[in-house]
Amino acid sequence: MVTYLDNNATTRIDPDVLAAMLPYLSELYGNPSSMHSFGGQVGAAIETAREQVAALLGAEPTEIIFNSCGSEGNNTAIHAALAAQPEKRHIVTTAVEHPAILAVCKHLEKRGYTVTYLSVDGRGELDLMELEAAMTGGTALVTTMYANNETGVIFPVEQIGAIAKAYGAAYHVDAVQAVGKVPIDLSTSPIDLLTLSGHKLHAPKGIGALYVRKGFRFRPFLLGGHQERGRRAGTHNVPGIVALGKAAELAQIHLAHVQREAELRDLLECGILTTIPDTVVNGGGALRLPNTTNIGFKYIEGEAILFMLNREGICASSGSACTSGSLDPSHVLTAMGLPYTILHGSIRFSLSRYTTEAEIRQVLAVMPEIVERLRALSPFNNDQAEWLQERDLAVAT
Amino acid sequence: MWDYSEKVLELFYNPINQGTIDDPQEPDVAVVYGEVGSIACGDALRLHLKIQQSTDSILDARFQTFGCTSAIASSSALTEIIKGKTLDEALHITNQDIANFLGGLPEAKMHCSVMGQEALEAAIYKYRGIEVEHHEDDDGTLVCTCYGISEKKIRRAIAENRLTTVEQVTNYVKAGGGCGSCLADIEDILLEIQHSAESVKVAPALALDKEQSTQALPYPSTPLTNLQKITLIQQVIDTEVRPLLLADGGDVSLHDVEGDRVLVKLQGACGSCPSSTETLKYAIEAKLKDLVLPSLIVEAI
Ligand code: FES
Repeated sequence: MVTYLDNNATTRIDPDVLAAMLPYLSELYGNPSSMHSFGGQVGAAIETAREQVAALLGAEPTEIIFNSCGSEGNNTAIHAALAAQPEKRHIVTTAVEHPAILAVCKHLEKRGYTVTYLSVDGRGELDLMELEAAMTGGTALVTTMYANNETGVIFPVEQIGAIAKAYGAAYHVDAVQAVGKVPIDLSTSPIDLLTLSGHKLHAPKGIGALYVRKGFRFRPFLLGGHQERGRRAGTHNVPGIVALGKAAELAQIHLAHVQREAELRDLLECGILTTIPDTVVNGGGALRLPNTTNIGFKYIEGEAILFMLNREGICASSGSACTSGSLDPSHVLTAMGLPYTILHGSIRFSLSRYTTEAEIRQVLAVMPEIVERLRALSPFNNDQAEWLQERDLAVAT
Repeated sequence: MWDYSEKVLELFYNPINQGTIDDPQEPDVAVVYGEVGSIACGDALRLHLKIQQSTDSILDARFQTFGCTSAIASSSALTEIIKGKTLDEALHITNQDIANFLGGLPEAKMHCSVMGQEALEAAIYKYRGIEVEHHEDDDGTLVCTCYGISEKKIRRAIAENRLTTVEQVTNYVKAGGGCGSCLADIEDILLEIQHSAESVKVAPALALDKEQSTQALPYPSTPLTNLQKITLIQQVIDTEVRPLLLADGGDVSLHDVEGDRVLVKLQGACGSCPSSTETLKYAIEAKLKDLVLPSLIVEAI
């Protein structure tokens, strides 16, 4: 039995979603671009899916472009926004974005753009004054996430968008972690572009969507076909699109029950904080997604914790150096200015609607011993807290 | 998820020799520990040794590790490898020995084995009263400020593990794994070493050549790099000096090179021999002056 608490990485496909997409992997294999009726019925399924996704976002179906994933959505959004205002050469984003944003920004810096990376505080929150100060008439785009994938911290997108609008900049939101977890209504929002990804909301991998506000000057990223009204070339991933539509419909229903997920998350959080000393919730003071908690276990290292959990059949994730394949600790936790005592020993648990109380209790049952074992191996401990703190500071400055 | 060997996982889940060693306050027994890494770097190892002073050997070894799966397994492996060894034998253990004991480590985790070897050295140097920091930073312009890695450490990892790419250097000593601004410098060091590899190969041959003739000194026309100098000293000791001493029931090992000071450890008959100063001056120093550099001074530790 696997206890899967890594839903911010990916989610299981909902059985109803699977059932909805299956015919399009077998008998309904027509190409929606074909003129005959066999393709036509597939085209109709795509339009249904478009309506379903639009409904989840409070958008209009014509504002939805299907694509392959969140990375494609983010790349497209940035390029589209810049192409729409070629005379403006400034971008504002944050230090805690997904690499699919940060890497593009770094790339654009080499192409002559200037990029402002807004900082976050110890709770993972932005300072809107800093945003205001960064904005100029030459700012083409503000791009921020809706909610952080590592900590679950939610950004005030409406306020950010209002500031972007005041300066005539486009506003893009990477909502990959937020869609289906918090209610989103784009009909009244200042958001111009919004990215979502199917596999984060119980659809399969390889399907995503980009919302483009009606009237926004859009320049396609992928050229070559007339699909998606010429805004995204490439043969439709029909089963994926149908699945995303169904997943969006189910997510909307689930939004009414998301409180239960938050309760389980809180049970996990409180349980760990009360039974294990020297633990902190990273971003705990901020408004967060209901399904995410990122807990720092001082004096021990994240990968070691993950391996111990893995042996108990529990899947979580760590932003630590070792798991990610890079040697640096998570850029998100680093940007929050957390001390090294916490930075390297942080674990993310992310729940889904399938998470049960029994699973949370299983984690609570094994976690204290895991932490105790690893702390017994570690040369650092609470006695040295002050010394370590100094050392942390010394290294940080 | 990393692809770890059975042995790595076994020693991670059930580590052997974890903990500290209490000083028994007995005659002939010393307890010491060596430490490398830091909480900032993401891994740290404190290696505790119990040493029998009369035999210079390791009676017990224990570890405390802050780090990932392979860091913990490497530490545990290290303690198993060195128990019962003399300090000199232990100093010959390389990070590769640790990795081999574990049935291999993913390349990206090789720095865990390097950490083990360094902690061992730190502990032994501390016991012998040699300043570890000095040893580390000697010749040590910092190349990677993110991880505080000196040029010397990078050169050593390259030499001992025959590294050929910048990525390997990062995997072995972490340098370059942070902001990446030192990657170009690492590449320069690699290129320089690859460039000089040829002359290192040529130098000993040249030296031996000249030894046989009685003519002028064989010093290479260009100044030796540190690595070349150490390699040459090691070669001369191994091929010219040790055979003579071994024949007399003694032995010598190269301990360190600090500038022109060559630190050696005399063993066996040589260590206790009343004329060991003579041995140093005439048998070893003269040879090294002759075959490597005239400015070298040999000292016993
Ligand atoms: S200086 Fe080496 S990685 Fe930053």
